[in-house]
Amino acid sequence: MSHVHIDNTVLRVEQLQMQFATRAGIVKAVNEVSFSVRRGEILGIVGESGSGKSMTAYSIMRLIDPPGRIAGGRVLLNGQNLLDLSDEQMRRVRGNRIAMIFQDPMMTLNPVLRIDTQMMEAIRAHQPVGKAQAREMARDALARVGMPAPEEKLAAYPHQFSGGMRQRVAIAIALLNKPDLIICDEPTTALDVTIQGQILHEMQTLCRESGTALIWITHDLAVVAGFADRLCVMYGGRIVESGDVREVLRQPHHPYTAGLIASSPSRNERGRPLYQITGSMPSLLELPSGCPFRTRCPRATDVCATMPDVDAQGNHVWRCFHPMNQPTERTHG
Amino acid sequence: MEARAHIETPLQAFLRQFRSSKLAVLGSVLLLAMIVAAILAPWIAPQNPYDLARIDVLDARLPPGAMSAEHGIRYLLGTDEQGRDMLSAILYGMRISVFVGVASTVLALAIGLALGLLAGYVGGKIEGIIMRVADIQLSFPSILIALILLALLGPGIGKIVLALVAVQWAYYARTARSAALVERRKEYIEAAVGLGLPPSRIVFRHLLPNCLPPLIVVAALQVASAISLEATLSFLGLGLPVTEPSLGLLIANGFNYLLSGKYWISLFPGIALLVLIVAINLVADQLREVLNPRLQAL
Repeated sequence: MSHVHIDNTVLRVEQLQMQFATRAGIVKAVNEVSFSVRRGEILGIVGESGSGKSMTAYSIMRLIDPPGRIAGGRVLLNGQNLLDLSDEQMRRVRGNRIAMIFQDPMMTLNPVLRIDTQMMEAIRAHQPVGKAQAREMARDALARVGMPAPEEKLAAYPHQFSGGMRQRVAIAIALLNKPDLIICDEPTTALDVTIQGQILHEMQTLCRESGTALIWITHDLAVVAGFADRLCVMYGGRIVESGDVREVLRQPHHPYTAGLIASSPSRNERGRPLYQITGSMPSLLELPSGCPFRTRCPRATDVCATMPDVDAQGNHVWRCFHPMNQPTERTHG
Repeated sequence: MEARAHIETPLQAFLRQFRSSKLAVLGSVLLLAMIVAAILAPWIAPQNPYDLARIDVLDARLPPGAMSAEHGIRYLLGTDEQGRDMLSAILYGMRISVFVGVASTVLALAIGLALGLLAGYVGGKIEGIIMRVADIQLSFPSILIALILLALLGPGIGKIVLALVAVQWAYYARTARSAALVERRKEYIEAAVGLGLPPSRIVFRHLLPNCLPPLIVVAALQVASAISLEATLSFLGLGLPVTEPSLGLLIANGFNYLLSGKYWISLFPGIALLVLIVAINLVADQLREVLNPRLQAL
């Protein structure tokens, strides 16, 4: 499977930098972030709010509004750097080659337009098809995401749908133009657990079948655990650890990843208080020098005041001077 | 078909909610009747008040219900100083008032909406320029601006519409901008951008319809204020030519006779103006109730 994996790479993000110019100084919301996704692969990006995971997604889509700006790096979609494209060229990529699904399904559909109008305009913005054909494609897409009676649903307005149904519509819209990549920004956070499970399962099947790459952004490690192929853990605008999901979860090397795993409810014994990572994430304006996690890290020492280099073992990559679960602790400097 | 029957379009939902107030229904019926009467004035009025050949000075200032000496028509609401049938003059006057009110509102709404959306969606320098001009405009009393403009332009229906548009566009621009600022931060706009829709489509199909509810309310109220402003200007002699009197001018014509017992020349056009404006306000109030997003349960 992996003998041609270079050619299979859909998206490669290299040293991406995104910053906000504020009165208090420059906030580096996304800092030297690099990763890649292959065809049919699901990449989970996990982090707390403010870790830069959503901003990474918005940077890939170039949906950053001032005072934010992309300050450096490359975003290669099938080898083409999206940061070099003109606004009009970028518009043709959005919704066409890369689709995005947002967090709140109650808000992402226009309340005054019918479902068919919204789906047909998404098709006709990128494909030279007539209205009748676009409507047919829209109905097929609804059927594909498991919407019962799709023909009837086309004539409905968003407010007539439940949250889960709306998210299905949003997913159907994302699938319309058969994109190479779909970016999902916490799309199941606002949904019931049962609906969440269904949607995760459907997304997984759809991606495997069509070969669409998927970036799944979430703060919920449990969602990613059974769903994604690879995992990036973000903290303070940086990726602190990444690798195959099973490997990272079984043997986390970064203390932050280990803390996240330890504090997820299912891992704890009944009746015992939940594990907590002490303190809360510092504001991006007040990040400590060196490793951003060192002020909350139980293993931190003086050396952590300088930025650790990237360490790797096969696919498993981390940034820490004092990694956990290592046969012998490495020393630097 | 049974299943589709209960899918309510926004328009149907709007009508259902609008009907819930009896007063608003009464207002809209009155308003509709007056507009129809105004439009049909040339066919239903007993006399053409603009046709000097049909007007007889001998019939001047007759009380309501009097018969014409020579023409054999009964003046139901009396006549004015030139012998014009008041009922006919009011119908024709309403025609002008309604036309001026609606035309100036539609034009001002179109201009204000376009500028306000532009300011709200694009932002930056363009927003600054548009909104400062609107602020300066709004810092003067509207009657003052209209008076100055009409004094410069001279009388005429087109010119009074122009003056009213100049006075009113800023209200729409402000409302449209604040609505656009709220709406463009919502996720559906971001989703539309994320879908790669062309910018013009995002502004006109997604942003504009969602900005309309507050503008419809403002427009409904502004029609009434345009009509009364036009009446005020005509009353002051700056609006329309004497040969084509609007309601305001009719009131002004009878003003001199008010204290000499000939009340009807001013009173009836006054009542017509009052009913017209109250009817519009009743409709506008209910529009505000129905379209208020905070009262809308989704």
